[in-house]
Amino acid sequence: MKKYFNDIKLLVAGEHGLIIEFGTVISPEINGLVQQMSRLLHNKKSKGIIEIVPTYRSVTIYFDPLVLTRQELSLVITEFISEIRQPDVACLTPKILHIPVCYGGVLGPDLEIVARYTGVSAEEVITIHTSKPYLVYMLGFIPGFPYLGGLSSKIALPRQDKLRTKIPAGSVGIGGNQTGFYPIESQGEWWLIGRTPIKAFNPSSSNPFLFSPGDYLHFFHISIDAYFAIRREVEAGTYIPKVSYM
Amino acid sequence: MITTTQQGYFTTIQDEGRWGYQAYGMPIAGAMDRYACRVANLLVGNHIHAAVLEMTGLGATFNFDEQQLVAVCGADMQGLLNGKPITSWSSFFVPKRGELKFDAALSGYRTYLAIRGGFDVPLVLESRSTCSWAKVGGYEGRSLRQGDVLYVGQESDWDVYPRNLEPLYLPQYTEEINLRVILGPQDNMFTRETVDTFFKNTYIVTNQSDRTGYRLEGARIKHLDKADIVSDAACLGAIQIPADGMPFIMTADHQTTRGFPKLGSVMQVDLSKLAQAKTGDRIHFILGAEQEAIDALRRERLLYLTIGNRALR
Repeated sequence: MKKYFNDIKLLVAGEHGLIIEFGTVISPEINGLVQQMSRLLHNKKSKGIIEIVPTYRSVTIYFDPLVLTRQELSLVITEFISEIRQPDVACLTPKILHIPVCYGGVLGPDLEIVARYTGVSAEEVITIHTSKPYLVYMLGFIPGFPYLGGLSSKIALPRQDKLRTKIPAGSVGIGGNQTGFYPIESQGEWWLIGRTPIKAFNPSSSNPFLFSPGDYLHFFHISIDAYFAIRREVEAGTYIPKVSYM
Repeated sequence: MITTTQQGYFTTIQDEGRWGYQAYGMPIAGAMDRYACRVANLLVGNHIHAAVLEMTGLGATFNFDEQQLVAVCGADMQGLLNGKPITSWSSFFVPKRGELKFDAALSGYRTYLAIRGGFDVPLVLESRSTCSWAKVGGYEGRSLRQGDVLYVGQESDWDVYPRNLEPLYLPQYTEEINLRVILGPQDNMFTRETVDTFFKNTYIVTNQSDRTGYRLEGARIKHLDKADIVSDAACLGAIQIPADGMPFIMTADHQTTRGFPKLGSVMQVDLSKLAQAKTGDRIHFILGAEQEAIDALRRERLLYLTIGNRALR
């Protein structure tokens, strides 16, 4: 862990942006520091901070330079870095959201292709994909889209060459060593192995985003009948996804 | 109520933007030309957060069923009030059953129509801005169509009288603009010579530019090593250099995170100039200092206070 602290850089993103870069690679340890820093900045928010954007490996802070100078902000960050260094800092118990997915068939048209390419059966693709929770490293690309880490290399395969222009909301896909699902209709190059009836982004709700960076998603297999039953509940606003803690 | 009788090329409801949700992948959206948007609101005595209409390239036509105080700022779209020319950068009353008609932009690219009280659409994540690609906010998450009906809100602050903005506050729109750039966060992924190339050459605005960003064409910016990074956040005004080496300036509707290095960022006050650039316009980048950007921002805020005070009845 110690080595990461020596690599922390404060970078400039315009006169209103400061990036705390913890590293340049994807790793759960680096992302853990990102989540801790982001929480500290939220909990002890300085006047002049407009918003805080955690990503894989960095935290970007947008601020009003007429209210808070870069020097003042850097001092606050230096203080927080030494706070994170304390080993006794209480870490939050990560939340796991259980996401129902109907794999294969019309809702997962590429499941067979993924199976053929990776040399396992369609059932095994489902078993492997649902075998463990995935860390939400960050959200981006489209509203509510999770960048998930930890996909088994057994079911990883290169992205499609062709861009699909209309991927339905809820589609669960695999692209490279990444997996995730599209919260809204989108374009993309991932292989679609299933679909969830859950809405990860609901702008009219008081809780518009289902999960946050640092949470975990655990997919579980449901039948097509269950898919439509849950979808009706989601439409009615009565479906609450199961939550557990690590 | 106000009825859209012609929709124009791309007309959306915008405000100061949807800040606070980039951690969830939600673009900021908001007016592309924040200066013109703010001045338009000031001229009708609105709150800074009131929603305006942003018209693009070719303006729309509206019918008003009641008298309303409006302001038009930004590009000159040859506005006509009941067939008579209006002055840009001014506020005036549209009478009951009046028609306000806009045409093609003569100079500049985006025009803002503010109405006293603001346009009343539901707040989505604390903003009325439209992000059309994500289908969020504004009028049903999309650009206006013929027949759409708009209502007036209550986002006004103080009494004002119709007036023209003092000429000294009017920006000049030219087909060649200078944008000041602050280097970072990934300028170390380019050689010194490449950075020089970027500042020495002229870049042309391509037709693949929209509210998400301006795609430029010109001397290729070569990466020192690789053209991708592990995705991180991209700020408003960030100049991203994708694999083809052609600069892409991220504007209002930009994606919150990207996997290409950012050479620098356009100063916030200069983004209003960029918002008025259209296909074929030429851009020069000038190396700027952070303090210069902050001073410019301070001057602009003082200007808003002055314009606001002068608008008082």
